[in-house]
Parts: sequence; structure tokens; C-alpha cells
Amino acid sequence: MSGFDVNKIRQDFPILAEKIRGKDLVYLDNAATCQKPQAVIDSIVQLYSHDYANVHRGVHTLSVRSTDKFEAARTKVKSFINAASDKEIIFVRGATEAINLVAQTYGKTNIKAGDEILITAMEHHSNIVPWQMLCEQTGAVLKVAPMNHKGELIYSEFEQLLSDKTKLVSVVHMSNALGTINPVKKIIAAAHAKGIPVLLDGAQAIPHMAVDVQELDCDFYVFSGHKLYGPSGIGVVYGKQSLLEAMPPYQGGGDMIRKVTFVETEYNVLPYKFEAGTPAIADVIALGAAIDYLAAIGMNNIAAYESELLDYATVKAKQIDGLTIIGEAEEKGAILSFTLNKIHPHDIGTMLDSLGIAIRAGHHCAMPVMDFYGVPATARASFAMYNTKQEIDVLMAGIQSLIEVFG
Amino acid sequence: MFEDLRDLYQEVIFDHNRNPRNFRVMENADRQVEGFNPLCGDRLTLFLKMDGDVITDASFQGSGCAISTASVSLMTEIVKGKTEAEAQELFTKFHEMTTGKEEHINLEALGKLAVLAGVREYPARVKCATLAWHTLDAALKNEANAISTE
Repeated sequence: MSGFDVNKIRQDFPILAEKIRGKDLVYLDNAATCQKPQAVIDSIVQLYSHDYANVHRGVHTLSVRSTDKFEAARTKVKSFINAASDKEIIFVRGATEAINLVAQTYGKTNIKAGDEILITAMEHHSNIVPWQMLCEQTGAVLKVAPMNHKGELIYSEFEQLLSDKTKLVSVVHMSNALGTINPVKKIIAAAHAKGIPVLLDGAQAIPHMAVDVQELDCDFYVFSGHKLYGPSGIGVVYGKQSLLEAMPPYQGGGDMIRKVTFVETEYNVLPYKFEAGTPAIADVIALGAAIDYLAAIGMNNIAAYESELLDYATVKAKQIDGLTIIGEAEEKGAILSFTLNKIHPHDIGTMLDSLGIAIRAGHHCAMPVMDFYGVPATARASFAMYNTKQEIDVLMAGIQSLIEVFG
Repeated sequence: MFEDLRDLYQEVIFDHNRNPRNFRVMENADRQVEGFNPLCGDRLTLFLKMDGDVITDASFQGSGCAISTASVSLMTEIVKGKTEAEAQELFTKFHEMTTGKEEHINLEALGKLAVLAGVREYPARVKCATLAWHTLDAALKNEANAISTE
């Protein structure tokens, strides 16, 4: 790993110096949201202190400055995921809104009664509910490709579910509840062989690995900024230009129009057609700052370091009597979901919090996954590039002690 | 190691979590209501046997965290032999204790239930403690088949 220095990275994240209940913070809830580097915080302060005005409107200096920074951030996103053009990058509030946008524009136009939408058994609610709503509106049918007990997609069954009726495949790139990384290249190739477009939900994958949308050849790729060390309230839809051109707008309003009369409206060009109203200007610009920060470290360096962390945590977790890991896919990102014999995840969460350790306890917005494993909830430690093996030791010692206390 | 949590996880709570009282299905129950906390997945079914307005028996089934299990276990013990009005009054006092709205709560009037007073320092866990009582409330009012904390 060329030049990856976790201690140097930790210094860039001011919140990591915080004390929680008198203890050093051990932040292991990164799959819910990541903490922010100083560069992201600074970019927001800089904008509001020196450069802020509305974008795409004014001729005055500040509007030009804001617009330049805003559009530069779009270019940074484009380069980060290797999209072909800035026009393919649409800013929305997050991955959830991104999927809703595709469902209500591409979906509503192209999916009819009797058609099928194919997802997997490990989806987050945000890649289930928008399709259920679309099915209710259109009479289409939602199909679910099953997974095995390790939390891996059963690919042969997925392939069998690709039919003449399938009009869209929407699959999670990396599962938030299990850590599973899906074989997305294979999925996309198989769907494309039948002329079916594919959406990838990249909310979890994007902070953990290099993503190249042209190499993947996915038709849509969506993600949230806050899981990529950027602000909350901002997210991205990547769509192939030809598809986006043919889609109707999502919301109507300012910025998304070219000409309005009371008789008719001419819509704006891409990407503005999908960006009605004043956007989250500072948050888009700060997302650009997060991308600069990550690009300097290198996504492949981050992936390699996190893979080491996950291996270390998995070995340590397996040494604990009564701990069951939920999700043991061969291809897996830095997420450790687990249950402890007879100790409810909420008790685990509260007890670890008293030691300064932040984990998630609950259903992780993936109730069907919980049902599959027959548990009401799991505890989940999710790692980021600023976590350390020492922190994993603190976690494991905490788990050991709480098992003793519960008896 | 968990010194800070002693107020929340008292030994009585661990005891009721390990060995919940009245943990059984009641045949021929007069009232049966399900309680559900969708945020954490805690789920319980409460059974009551009534004689007029007196609760002659109470039992439950379900799964939840230590706080919610201990709370429902303690509740089924304490409401046996109480009238509906007395049980409602306990619910009011319990609610005041766990949400901390009253400055001076008479913990003695709550008897064993006072071990759950610690949850008021943990807002995220208050619902774990009150799920049992909201379920009892619905059962006494005989107005719902299932209640939810959300």
C-alpha cells in the first residue's frame, strides 16, 4: 500500500478526537454514515464565508463563483466514477431519491402492466419500496432473486428470473446489512444480453472501492454523498446519456426549464432537466471536496486497507463464543453484522456505547434480510478507512465483557 | 467495565431477562393484544384474564431486549389482582417515571418497577420500557388487536 497512513488520515477527521461518555470514540457505524474530513468542513465554511450565491442565475460575481464551483463538483463526480459526460451526473438528495427518480421517470415511461422488475433478496428498503410503488401504479410485478445462507446471490436463479417480461434489473452493488458485494459485471452482461437495462444501488459500495460506470456498463448508478465522507442531503444519479435524454423530467420548477408560457413549457437540457429548484449548493461543492480528498488517497489503497481490517475483525469475531456472523459472502466489503446468543442487539448497542463504541443495532432498513435469517435485528460494526486494528480490539474486548455481564 | 450503566441495567433487570416471569401462552385469555416496536423489532403478545374489572392473571410471549423483557415480566407480576383503574394509575406513574416529566416521582408507589427508572437517561431506550405498558393500556381499553410504538 503506497503511502497509506491511517494515523495521518485520522488527524484529518476532527470528530475522531471526541470523547464519548469519557472514552475515546470508536466510530464503527460507517455504513449508516461516515464522518467528515476537515477539507469537507472547510469547503462549506469557505463557500458561505466568501463565495455563496444562487447558481445558474445571476450575472453578478458571487453567482458566477458559486456556479463555477458547483459545476466543477459535477465534473469531479464524473471523473470519480468515470462517466462519459457531465451531462450524465444528476444531483438529488441521496440514493433513495435517486432510485425514486429512476422509478418515476424511466420506470413510469417504459414499464407497463404485466412487465417485471427484478431485484435481489438483499436489497435495502430504498431499492424495494420505490419499485413496489411503481408496480402499484402500473400493474407491473416485482421479482426477487434469492440468496443463499452466506448472503450471496444465487446467480443461477437470478439468471432464470431474467425473462422476456423483465424490463429493468435493480441490484445493490454492496449490501448494507451483510457486506456482500454482488457480481455486478456478470449481472449486467446477462441482463444486457436480453436487452434489459440495469440500475446499481451504489450507496454502500462507493466509499469502499473504485467504481467505473463505463467499465461496468451499468445504465444507472446511484449513491449518497454522506456515505462518501461528504455532506448528508446530497446524492447522485448517473445515467447513460441516451436513456436520460429520452426520460421525462422528475419534478417541475425553476432551473429545469428553457422556456415557460402558460400554454407550454420547453424543458432544459441535461442534466438540468432533472434538477428543479435551487440545489444543495454548498453540499454539492463539499461532495466535490470529499472526492478530491479520496482521490488523493486512492480508492484502491482504501479498498486494500479496509479488506485487511475486515479480515482482522472476522478472525477476532470468530474467536468469541456465542457470536454468529450474519453474512459470510466470499466477496465482501468492510461490514461485520452479528448476533450474540440471547443478547438483543439493542442491549449490545447501549452497552458498547457506554464504552465509547458506536455500532448500529436494528434491522438496517433491510427487514426482508432479517426475516431470511430469522432474527429481529442484528448488531453491525461497519468500518471506514480511518478505523484501526486497535479499535477492533476495543470492540471485541467490549463484546467479551458484555457477554460476561449478561451471564 | 460497565459502571456507567449500573442505573440502567440493574441486577433485577438481568434476572427478569434471564428468567422472565409469566412467560407463557394463556389458554382462554379474556384479552390478547400484540405490541410491536418497529424500530428495534421488539414484539410481544400480552394475555389477560379478567374477573369483572379485576386482572386475575397476566402472561406474555415474545422477544425483545433486556429492558423490554424485564419491563413486561415485572408488569405481569405487579398488575395481577389490580383493578383496571389501579393498573391505569400505575401506567401513568410508570410513564412519568420513564419519560422524566415529573421532577419528584414517588418511586415507592411503583414498587419493583422503580428499577426501570434509569431509562429516562437513555431516550433511545424509553420505548423498550414502555412497550409493555402501552400494550396493557390497549388491552384494558379493549380497543385494538395490535399496537405499535410508532
